[in-house]
Amino acid sequence: MTINELQDEIIEEFSQFDDWMDKYALLIDLGNSLEPLDNKYKTPQNIIEGCQSRVWLNAEYNNGMVTYQGESDAVLVKGIVSLLIQVLTSHSPDEILNTELYFIDKTGLKEHLSPTRSNGLLAMIKQMKMYALAFKSVDN
Amino acid sequence: MNEQELQHIRADFPILKEKIYNKDLIYFDNGATTQKPRCVVEKIEQGYYHLNANIHRGVHYLSQKATEAHEAARTTVADFLHADHREEIVFTRGTTEAINLVATSFGEAFCKSGDEIIVSVMEHHSNIVPWQMLCERKGLKLQVIPMNVQGELDLDVYKSLLNERTKIVSIAHVSNVLGTINPVKEMIQSAHALNIPVMIDGAQAVPHIPVNVMELDADFYVFSAHKIYGPTGIGVLYGKSSWLNAIPPYQGGGEMISTVTFEKTTYNELPFKFEAGTPDYIGSTALAEALRYVQTIGLEKIAAHEYELLTYATNRLLEIENMRIIGTAKHKSSVISFLVGNIHPYDLGMLLDKLGIAVRTGHHCAQPLIDSLEIPGTVRASFAFYNTKQEIDIFIEALKRVVTMLS
Repeated sequence: MTINELQDEIIEEFSQFDDWMDKYALLIDLGNSLEPLDNKYKTPQNIIEGCQSRVWLNAEYNNGMVTYQGESDAVLVKGIVSLLIQVLTSHSPDEILNTELYFIDKTGLKEHLSPTRSNGLLAMIKQMKMYALAFKSVDN
Repeated sequence: MNEQELQHIRADFPILKEKIYNKDLIYFDNGATTQKPRCVVEKIEQGYYHLNANIHRGVHYLSQKATEAHEAARTTVADFLHADHREEIVFTRGTTEAINLVATSFGEAFCKSGDEIIVSVMEHHSNIVPWQMLCERKGLKLQVIPMNVQGELDLDVYKSLLNERTKIVSIAHVSNVLGTINPVKEMIQSAHALNIPVMIDGAQAVPHIPVNVMELDADFYVFSAHKIYGPTGIGVLYGKSSWLNAIPPYQGGGEMISTVTFEKTTYNELPFKFEAGTPDYIGSTALAEALRYVQTIGLEKIAAHEYELLTYATNRLLEIENMRIIGTAKHKSSVISFLVGNIHPYDLGMLLDKLGIAVRTGHHCAQPLIDSLEIPGTVRASFAFYNTKQEIDIFIEALKRVVTMLS
């Protein structure tokens, strides 16, 4: 599936709930089911320090595809990390760099990305793109 | 405070009727900022509609009137703090600017390399960073008073830290995270025994407890208007005139001068020496209105009601399994920081928000304190006199629901 198809799938999944608490219950499930990041990747280089919560991000590049792994100490943030990984992992650096991430806005989870929330998510998205850029330059 | 009085008071605060995600707003973030009664907002409106002219310089009618209102506001603040002289009240942009003013001007006049400054472990960043900047500039050492597990300062260590190198002590009257009411009077006495001046950060105290700077014998006392139902962008520095006269101006500009030539400028007298530029004369009158509003209700009455809320909420919170209240000092104001099990405060705060409840999460601008407790932050509920036990009940039910979701 393309990144946009994956995004649309998530929007669809969240749109079945009207109540905020149901959307958040789904996010909590996603957060709880995210595979824990191996401790060896929880390094100072991989940490994205937010004011409220912390996010760890690791990325690998194999056969032209980027794989992301991540975790957070807050479960809601972990839920969004899980969604971001679901959307961006197993895609080429070009796809990752050329796609706009609209699902966070459309699912109503945008407030988590507000700079004032300072939960590290905004920086994480930037970092995900930076990895893609770095992997792309390796190719060239 | 009886039910009727409470409803009467709540009607003065239009924002309390707001709906958040279709739910009644429950505002428990009063430690961050308080809501404004109608009379304060109207004062601002009236100011701009009927009284707007730059003060202190104009010979015309409106300027005279605006000047009178601004200076009357200074008197109201002086009376509120029980200051000896109205010239001892300097308007600043807030607590932060007031602390920066003292750290800079006092530091300039009285501090040299090797000197020491004492703060406490529970300070807000605004009472740490200005002093650290001074320490870096002049080669001073910052000494920190520790606390016990309840969140009370260790006064024995404090006394042992005071010495001939100590130039000033600067501590919070009330902790914004723990709610601890520090024994500032006693602490001032200890410092004064060695002729060391003391600044008190009263941002979290003035909205909740009666403050008398003369009785405390504080050398400097600072607070922000927006935390006591007044407007944002204005605050107060009280300083004993002997100190304010002894330290140099903080900023240069209009208002703060007596005469200016390119050879030499002489500074204006107190308090104008510290008020460079056009002051917030609309803000000052609105602050005075807020103080009058608070005084009409009465700080004793406010303190009693808030104490009731604090006790009630503490007991109800303890119904929840794995509840951990951070800050259990004997003397506390209406602030409760807590954690539930291993649930991250961000998660609790976000879900409570979706239920219409405004609490604060994180380190509350007191990172050294949070680090010393080895926790990721806290959820903080802070009450004002317009809050009710019914709101606490709704909050507790919401919290129980959220905790179940997150467990």
